[in-house]
Amino acid sequence: MERSRSRWWLYIVLTILFLLVITPFLWMILGSLKTQGELLQVPPTWIPENPTLDNFSRLFDRLSFGRYFFNSTVVALVVTISNLLFCSMLGYALAHLNFPGKRIIFGAVLGTLMIPGLVTFIPQFVLVVNLGLANTLPALFLPFLVAPFGVFLMRQFFLGMPRDMLEAGRIDGAGELGIFFRLFLPLAGPALATLGILTFLASWNNFLWPLVVASTERTYTLPVALALVSTGQNQTDYGLLLAGASVVVLPIILVFLFFQRYFIEGIATTGIK
Amino acid sequence: MSTAVATQPATRKPRSRSGKRNAAEARAGLLLALPFVVLFTVFTLWPVLQSMFMSFTDTRITDIRTPFAVNFVGLDNYAKALGDPVFRRAALNTGIFVVIGVPLTIVAGLAAAVALDKGITKFRSVFRMGFYTPVITSIVAVAVVWRFLLQPDSGLVNTVLGWVGIDGPNWLGDTRTSLLSLIIMAVWRNFGTGMIIFLAGLQAVPWQLHEAAALDGATSWQRFWHITLPVLRPTMLFVMVTTTIGYLQFFEEPFVMTQGGPLNSTLSASMYTYQQFGFGNYGVAGAMAYLTFLVIVIVTIVQFRLTREK
Repeated sequence: MERSRSRWWLYIVLTILFLLVITPFLWMILGSLKTQGELLQVPPTWIPENPTLDNFSRLFDRLSFGRYFFNSTVVALVVTISNLLFCSMLGYALAHLNFPGKRIIFGAVLGTLMIPGLVTFIPQFVLVVNLGLANTLPALFLPFLVAPFGVFLMRQFFLGMPRDMLEAGRIDGAGELGIFFRLFLPLAGPALATLGILTFLASWNNFLWPLVVASTERTYTLPVALALVSTGQNQTDYGLLLAGASVVVLPIILVFLFFQRYFIEGIATTGIK
Repeated sequence: MSTAVATQPATRKPRSRSGKRNAAEARAGLLLALPFVVLFTVFTLWPVLQSMFMSFTDTRITDIRTPFAVNFVGLDNYAKALGDPVFRRAALNTGIFVVIGVPLTIVAGLAAAVALDKGITKFRSVFRMGFYTPVITSIVAVAVVWRFLLQPDSGLVNTVLGWVGIDGPNWLGDTRTSLLSLIIMAVWRNFGTGMIIFLAGLQAVPWQLHEAAALDGATSWQRFWHITLPVLRPTMLFVMVTTTIGYLQFFEEPFVMTQGGPLNSTLSASMYTYQQFGFGNYGVAGAMAYLTFLVIVIVTIVQFRLTREK
């Protein structure tokens, strides 16, 4: 009891740290509502004097950020659903089933966990170009449909579920696939939430691959578009840039706020510790 | 003889039933593995092998349609990479980034986790969410904002420093502070990951032991050092290994903030590798990527060895 009593000084330290950490985001959001004139003011202002949504309307009207938003969303959803499904399927098989090649597959999964992205980058690029997929949406998601990390995470989670469930399902006459899809998968919520959030975030924020593969405006994702705006002819249009950054960041913060409880639970139960 | 014949059907019957079950199990396992295995082979395994092959050849961008009609050059690309002063500079920058950045990130993450876990009772999830926000945001968006904040004359950071009489440097434009700025930014962006994992690890700490030690007069520092930290050893190892692997590949920060400048002071090994890819030197880029991989493997093994005992 005595140990868990709050300490006032800790609140002060944490609050200062909290402000330091989120100041860039506050500044971004407030700045996105300011006019160019106010953004150039010295000393800088905090609260916008004449709040305006002009920066956002230019972003969507003149620069078709709506299209990029759509691209980012489609790619992230496809990548996330595919990872959730395929990684949990293999993760379960590795945890509870015996089948030929099991050891080799698990070895390959573990062996590639640590491989840097740049190792596979060039051959993936060559492959996508040779398949004639450059500048298409599939090129943006194909290399990311499955990831060894997801298999590892799901396997760890399924290992923690009792094998008796499998035997019970068999005695009840359920098919092997039915046991997975109807018994195990519905109970994997926390692990799926963790994997889903991590995968969605990684895809939404992915930058290098889409930058290289999507060289026409039609296939830009949000980070690519923002990076090109920030280095292009609009690079001193600060309001536009901060509005663009807000459009990239805010949806992800909202999604995370909604799912964070499951996410934290998932981290605690999936054995990433 | 006759007993053997008599017992055979009896033993075979259950075996054949379990054999049938084993076959069904194997079929299900293969079926569940199939989609992953196909996608993984095409988009990861094959590229891993192909880039290794590339790293021993003179592959250039012009060979993109005929990736196997190239000449073997043995270890030339590796020798070229290791002999390149710019690559060595990039490797040094990466090393500094790791050696300073990893401990800072771990300490910040651990401190935040301990404070949130036992130090306070209210607003826990608000702080946790705040500290985790930089982790989930796009580096491109972050870079846009930080470039403004770090502007030498009108930026927020130097404005605040000016209030207390400090003449802030040109953070990203000065070779003395550019790499440091990126390290601070990386710690800001990543300590939340460590915090979340440490928070999970702290659930295993035996708090009764803490209370007993407190009664015996142990200070909170002593209790942290002798009770909490040993329990966190596996968590610590996990955070250390994953952070180090991430930082050894550090790429996006210099790519969007400084383009590796000024004067290569923030050029990282991964970024230089990417530049070689951009120049079309696929063989050299492949060799550099594999060198990074080799360092990752060695560093990971060393970290496991060092933390295993005691």
